[in-house]
Amino acid sequence: MGNHSDGSPNHSGTVATAGQNVVEKFQDPGLPPHRLRPADTDPRAAKRAERQVAILFGISVIGTVIFLVSYFAIDLGQDSTIATIRTQNLLLGLGTAFAMLGIGTGVVHWAKALMPDHEVSEERHAIRTEEDRQAAVRIVEDIVEETGIKRRPLIRNTLLGAVALAPLPALAVFGDLGPRPDDKLAHTMWAPQDGKLKRLTRDPDGTPIKASDVTIGSAFHVIPEGLNELKEGKLNAKAKAVVLLMRLNPDDLTISKGRETWSYNGIVAYSKICTHVGCPVALYEQQTHHLLCPCHQSTFDLTKECKVIFGPASRPLPQLPISVDAEGYLVATSDFKEPVGPSYWERDEHERLINS
Amino acid sequence: MSASSTAEVPFVPKTKVGRITNFVDERVGGSGILRDFGRKVFPDHWSFMFGEVALYSFVILLMSGTFLTFFFDPSMAETHYTGSYTPLSNVEMSVAYNSSLNISFDIRGGLFFRQVHHWSALLFVASLGVHMLRVFFTGAFRKPREMNWVVGGVLLILAMAEGFTGYSLPDDLLSGNGLRIIDGVIKSIPVIGTYISFFLFGGEFPGTAIIGRLYVLHILLVPAMILLMIVIHLFMVVVHKHTQYPGPGRNDGNVVGYPLGPVYAAKAGGFFFIVFGVVALMAAMFTINPIWNYGPYDPSPVSAGTQPDWYIGFVDGALRLMPGVVNDFHFEYIIFGHVLTLNVLLPALVPAGIIFTVLFTYPWIERWITKDDREHHVLDRPRNAPTRTAIGVAGFTWYCVMWAAAGSDLIATHFHVALNDVTYWLRTLFFLGPIIAFMVTKRVALALQRKDREIALHGRETGRIVRLPHGEFIEVHAPLDDYKHYKLVGFESPSPLPAQPNEHGVVTRKEKRRAALSRWFFEDRVAPATPAELEAAHGHGHHEAIESVEEQKSLSH
Repeated sequence: MGNHSDGSPNHSGTVATAGQNVVEKFQDPGLPPHRLRPADTDPRAAKRAERQVAILFGISVIGTVIFLVSYFAIDLGQDSTIATIRTQNLLLGLGTAFAMLGIGTGVVHWAKALMPDHEVSEERHAIRTEEDRQAAVRIVEDIVEETGIKRRPLIRNTLLGAVALAPLPALAVFGDLGPRPDDKLAHTMWAPQDGKLKRLTRDPDGTPIKASDVTIGSAFHVIPEGLNELKEGKLNAKAKAVVLLMRLNPDDLTISKGRETWSYNGIVAYSKICTHVGCPVALYEQQTHHLLCPCHQSTFDLTKECKVIFGPASRPLPQLPISVDAEGYLVATSDFKEPVGPSYWERDEHERLINS
Repeated sequence: MSASSTAEVPFVPKTKVGRITNFVDERVGGSGILRDFGRKVFPDHWSFMFGEVALYSFVILLMSGTFLTFFFDPSMAETHYTGSYTPLSNVEMSVAYNSSLNISFDIRGGLFFRQVHHWSALLFVASLGVHMLRVFFTGAFRKPREMNWVVGGVLLILAMAEGFTGYSLPDDLLSGNGLRIIDGVIKSIPVIGTYISFFLFGGEFPGTAIIGRLYVLHILLVPAMILLMIVIHLFMVVVHKHTQYPGPGRNDGNVVGYPLGPVYAAKAGGFFFIVFGVVALMAAMFTINPIWNYGPYDPSPVSAGTQPDWYIGFVDGALRLMPGVVNDFHFEYIIFGHVLTLNVLLPALVPAGIIFTVLFTYPWIERWITKDDREHHVLDRPRNAPTRTAIGVAGFTWYCVMWAAAGSDLIATHFHVALNDVTYWLRTLFFLGPIIAFMVTKRVALALQRKDREIALHGRETGRIVRLPHGEFIEVHAPLDDYKHYKLVGFESPSPLPAQPNEHGVVTRKEKRRAALSRWFFEDRVAPATPAELEAAHGHGHHEAIESVEEQKSLSH
């Protein structure tokens, strides 16, 4: 392998073979002689080092003063600006840095320049001696003998059983950490309520969207009507219901069987929650009609019903069936026909449930 | 000890401080502790400081974190912002995010402490990682320190957990998306994934429980475990005494260095203040995690170029590299009506699983291959263990490829290349990178060993060209002094151990595999120069020297 500098490995002498270890080795020359530092020989150098250490400690004092002054002199009132906060942060930080670095560098300089720098050697001792091991074995044997556990298997076996079962309650008490998932992941807020279809509204202000507002090439971030009015669980509902709305030239769309009525004049709505691990698929490339997830770069082709064309997602984004109501506003004609967001163990079961 | 052993004449302290010290000493036996540890010897080397950096940044984390807990409120109840950061005025947000903003803008020193805390957290995990690389490449994990290596690995995992739980607490948009990714990964776990997700978040994502739960983990459970592991780690360091680099006067039976008092204590103690000073400097000058720019968590928006904190990057990168669909093959299957989503499960669990499994078991793997059961207190220079060094660099390269993948979008935008191409290249490197790294590293290590041999035998190059009377130009080589010379020749170069028969005289198949691995492990090894070779090199001219060594070698076979 490769070019050995001294020729082939078998003849160069650089590559050892079995038996090499019996070859005589170099003797350890022992610790190198101690080298004197300037401060060891020259009293003036020692004095200089002493002064340098004192100056470093003095810098630390200055740092502490800077910290205290900037803490008390700069007030963060209601009228303070970001610039005030930045200035105070800078001064507090520089004060602390000087205070700490002054002490640190001073002490290290003291140690390196003035304290004895003789390296010393200490013997290592066996971590375990054979004598200790035998004594320990005797002690353990005595302890085991005194408990009588070997002679009384009834005690041993019942104890083992009791100890094995005792931790179970400690696991069981975590049972109320959360509710059972049931089919919560299968439904979103888009399901019509009391026969009334939900309007598509703008995120975040909740104003309804007219079909005529959606021009070709435009995209809307959409939330269901009534989301902002929810008293609780607003983020939970939003985490499943957010939708991207776009209008393409109807000729560019490939529509599969059964989805003919899901779009309106080239206006399509897709779940914004990535089918990979749930990030919002927030980037729309208008020219290529691609949707891109900024977290892991899964790319979906809008013209092919959001089929995955790149990245780690494995499933298309779910489509929301939409139409217009009597006033010309966009509405969802039903909930999503499959669970939105990342896949989970029961997902297929839920999809069948939705479509049954 | 001091007072009782000289019972006849009880010790009577003369000064006030002496009386207090004596009072305590008589009751806790401090003299004995000081006698054992006051002059304990610690070897000195710059690379031993990484562990210290980790320890000190943990101390800084405890101090700055305690300050933050006085002001942070981990509630996910809804509120409207009324603080002094006007761009977010009256924005609906959680109490947790609100209190994080108040710490940043309305509490004097709050922003500084937040930045100290975040910077030292990044430094903590980084120094742990570099410390473990140092321990790996120098072979410091070998007997008797295998268990301490495992404790270190546990510390690394705990540090990452601590970092992630803390990162999520401010409940800002960036960390909320991080939690959403974690939720997606958890849901991909077969059978129990959905349940774990519901139990962790107290219902559907994001719910109103997660921040409070992460808070308890972050400020109580995980730091307590880290502290426990640090105590065990340092206790074992005391038991084993520190390792030392090879060199003259250093061997497996001694430990050479500076005594704890005063030099080592001063250097190590002073170093704490230096680490703190550097962290303070970073917190003063470089903004970290400007949560006010991200806004409160909302499941709908996300900013382009989202990144996790660096230590989670390798998992995020693995998630990015895995294709979900190859041609028409989907990595998500439906088996017996249940969903197995391998495009998430594989990258989230397998690379991290492999890295930590190999990391935890490596000391035993190498011990089995080499059958080396001796205690090692003198470190290997990485070049003198070429295969181990190559394995380490291969693993490190693999990690770095995944880590780089977590920034694939930033690579693409900064270098104006196609994102897809970056991903394709990184997918290729994911498989080829470690192999290339292994081969290159091993060759570099062997080349460095040969260079050491060359210098040991022929001296160092002086750069002085001399013209000989007959016109030949030579460069003068100067011999090394004994101490520098010993550093180049004083290492072990064990040979492969052939398969050994067991007690029944049978060579098992497992033992044959071990022997094959042993051959691979010590393949192309370079032996240290011997006195005979040196003598030969000195006794003749340059070319003759090498030839004579070869003759001698072939004779000795």
